[in-house]
Amino acid sequence: MRDVAVVGLGMIKWGELWGKSLRTMAVEAGLAALDDAGTDRVDSLVVGCMSSGLFVGQEHLASLVADGLAKGPIPASRVESACASGGLAVKTAFMEVASGMSDFVLAIGVEKMTDVDGGTATYALGTAADGEYECFHGVTFPALYGMMARAHMHRYGTTREQLSAVAVKNHGNAVHNPHAQFPQAVTIEQVSSSVMVADPIRILDCSPVTDGAAAVLVCPLSEARKLKKHLAVKIVGVGHATDTIGLYARKEFTSLPAVRLSFERALKMAKKTREEISFAEVHDCFTIAEVIISEDLGFFEKGSGGKAVLARETALGGRIPINPSGGLKAKGHPVGATGVAQICEATLQLRGGCGQRQVKGAKVGLCQNMGGSGGSSIVHILEANE
Amino acid sequence: MITARNWREIPQRYRLEAGKCKKCSEVLYPPRVVCPRCGGRTFESFRLSGEGEVLTYSIVHVAPRGFEDDVPFVVAIVGMKEGVQMTGQIVDCDHGKLAIGMKVRTEFRRIQEDGEAGMIFYGHKFVPAAA
Repeated sequence: MRDVAVVGLGMIKWGELWGKSLRTMAVEAGLAALDDAGTDRVDSLVVGCMSSGLFVGQEHLASLVADGLAKGPIPASRVESACASGGLAVKTAFMEVASGMSDFVLAIGVEKMTDVDGGTATYALGTAADGEYECFHGVTFPALYGMMARAHMHRYGTTREQLSAVAVKNHGNAVHNPHAQFPQAVTIEQVSSSVMVADPIRILDCSPVTDGAAAVLVCPLSEARKLKKHLAVKIVGVGHATDTIGLYARKEFTSLPAVRLSFERALKMAKKTREEISFAEVHDCFTIAEVIISEDLGFFEKGSGGKAVLARETALGGRIPINPSGGLKAKGHPVGATGVAQICEATLQLRGGCGQRQVKGAKVGLCQNMGGSGGSSIVHILEANE
Repeated sequence: MITARNWREIPQRYRLEAGKCKKCSEVLYPPRVVCPRCGGRTFESFRLSGEGEVLTYSIVHVAPRGFEDDVPFVVAIVGMKEGVQMTGQIVDCDHGKLAIGMKVRTEFRRIQEDGEAGMIFYGHKFVPAAA
């Protein structure tokens, strides 16, 4: 396999972007990645999107986005793995370059979520769960993570305050992220007293509904060095795993095995140890998810992830900063775009370009992107390459 | 919901019919095409008792479409006596008395409907076993 580098990253400001269509957002992010790389060369395109059919009534994004980019004849694909669609787009682009099939591959993640009402958005997101045996009974995504939170609290004594601390930290980081949807600081009291969505999950435990897109341009490391515009950032490890589609079928609800497996696989490929990771962007779709993921990645003992957040071990400047971007919680969660945006953040961190949210001395970054209630997980490990 | 989509689930939803692997006797609910334990592909129908224990639960305050009139309602994952786990609502229960480990049993109930003139979809809901 060839060594693969991220040479361009493209983010747009996320939020309720009523004036922008899915096509416009995807193209803007793609062009931003090309501008960032300082090249116009795209040999192939991969679009990650969860549910454009249900959110905007549009499929065939391969053609739509290639056409929008005015790159018409290039080969293009659209990949889907629910909220891990973005991570899957990056993995697919990586494989295409590593295999020698293409040199410059653009991975774009996109989701347009606010063209529909809340009920339709909830329905569309629910399709990432087991439709016939979970959603049929009235289960929502907050309820699935609510059941994980209840089990984690019962088994390990995780507290309301610890969950709130995740939101407080991530909103605090997002204050310094110009692309974040909610760059406003919140307090423990605000989170802990916010409206109940699916007990014990409150509204400020949830990542928001977001319109957004993100893009990365990947190419062989040798080509990246020739571009010379930025420090080359190499994708050193990729790990991918699946689990049961239904939460009910798992042995336990306090752990996400696909997260652990995808990380182990990525570490093995990268020939690295956990201790070499400088920071992590993880899939905090709900506050409890970040707690469980931080444990399954092995940064903390099982059951102690909540305590670690309160002790500021995952804050900027802490032992292992988690979600310096603000995470899904505060940066926003346009589901198909999230996994690509994680790669953008990690690349910018490794270039040392994150300003006030910069992780000092960042050398190796981890991105963990998850689908559904843990039915799929994709991990990328990136390293600054001198 | 498409009529056929509900109709084909009737054995599982109305009668709690699980699949029992003819090779290793593993009980699977919902039934599967291939046994995750032994790879077996032939099954016999096996009816669950409906008795189980709450493994975890959440109280839904923001309902998905079709459940707006039910809030707040309880959804749970229940470990059944036969070893399988299933999702369902817990009803006829004071929310203050909900607990992980509480014994429940299924009852045949209305789950949702396709508007005022549409089909009514039935299935199981859990009630406290003592009730």
